[in-house]
Amino acid sequence: MRYGETPSQTVGPYFAYGLTAGQYGYDFTDIANGVIAGPAAKGEHIRITGQVFDGNNVPVNDAMIEIWQADANGHYAKDPVDVTSDGFRGLGRYGTGTDPQNRFVFDTVKPGVVADGGAPFVNVIVFMRGMLVHAFSRIYFSDDHALHGVDAVLQSVPADRRKTLIAERTETPTGIEYRFDIHMQGDRETVFFDV
Amino acid sequence: MPTFKPRDWGSHAPYIAPDYKSTVLRGPTRPLLPITSGLTEGTGPVFARAAIRNLDWDLTQNGRVNGDPIGERMVVHGRVMDCDGRPQPHILVEIWQANAAGRYVHKVDQHNAPLDPNFRGSGRCMTDENGHYRFYTIKPGAYPWGNHFNAWRPNHIHLSLFGPGFATRLVTQMYFPGDPLLELDPIFLGTPDAAARDRLISRFSIDKTEEGFALGYEFDIVLRGRFATPMED
Ligand SMILES: [Fe+3]
Repeated sequence: MRYGETPSQTVGPYFAYGLTAGQYGYDFTDIANGVIAGPAAKGEHIRITGQVFDGNNVPVNDAMIEIWQADANGHYAKDPVDVTSDGFRGLGRYGTGTDPQNRFVFDTVKPGVVADGGAPFVNVIVFMRGMLVHAFSRIYFSDDHALHGVDAVLQSVPADRRKTLIAERTETPTGIEYRFDIHMQGDRETVFFDV
Repeated sequence: MPTFKPRDWGSHAPYIAPDYKSTVLRGPTRPLLPITSGLTEGTGPVFARAAIRNLDWDLTQNGRVNGDPIGERMVVHGRVMDCDGRPQPHILVEIWQANAAGRYVHKVDQHNAPLDPNFRGSGRCMTDENGHYRFYTIKPGAYPWGNHFNAWRPNHIHLSLFGPGFATRLVTQMYFPGDPLLELDPIFLGTPDAAARDRLISRFSIDKTEEGFALGYEFDIVLRGRFATPMED
């Protein structure tokens, strides 16, 4: 017997008090937030920020971004996610409705290369009102240029679209920051994968 | 070899579904690219039972301030399984919804219907060893939205699950049998296949109904299947 999948439906505009309660100031616990790796996590501590742009190039203020990534050694967490841990959690979730510029902001460590990978990356899922199905993407890092050539997934992306998956590294007074904007449509439309 | 079978796109909506107006500027327009990697897509976050606190699964209690929430109490029972019928144990299910009047606690919900001081409308539960989950709540009201003239969302509860891997992630909505707004709702109708849409509608169950307390509904959730490992076949 084969059962049909339950259809995906939009997260809608009102997810905040259910899925990102702490970030938005509601009295309900979080299972994930903008901290993917706490201060005690091993590795190079970085911040990933970006905006989500719609087809008119307007920043979306009600998107939710989720990140799932390997630790600095390239291993995915096997233990249950614990948002009180000051070490590596692996999962991040952030809504774009609390930042004045509608950015998402993740504090994490740069992942190592996973066993079947070529270059470090983090997995991204984009949800928002107006998306009936979420979309999967990946963030690669601009300073890993040398490894990008041996990453099978990145190389499978047409050359002219690869840059949509590469976050730009900058050094700021508060630390290392990567900028990763997500364009839903247009010339710079981000590559989404059929995961 | 990938861990999970390909997504069954026949059961899902397209990214651009013009009757649901926000999709037009927000859905990706280019085809999704195939992905060959296997390791990453087979991993995903797991959650301990401790992630569920006492009243998280009881929305009739977890927003109480000075009394019971207003509305029709209900209990939702369901099973999470994959498309081969394998039960999915220890899966976190996150829930959020409007109150009985059709109003969300969310700060930007401007609908002119009363908030209920004793109802927050969010919670979570976890499936047991056999993939069963259960939560108590109040039946959510319909609410208007700006998609088109006289647009009303049918009664619905939002649900979010990771499933056994990152690739099985699902956010969906549970609807109610016999709701006349379903056939007018571009979000529900965004799924083109009628049989797939039916899977979004819960079933009333007198067996699950609790005498003198709450009406029972059943809502099973089917996630992508797994490729069998050589050990299993
Ligand atoms: Fe809703």
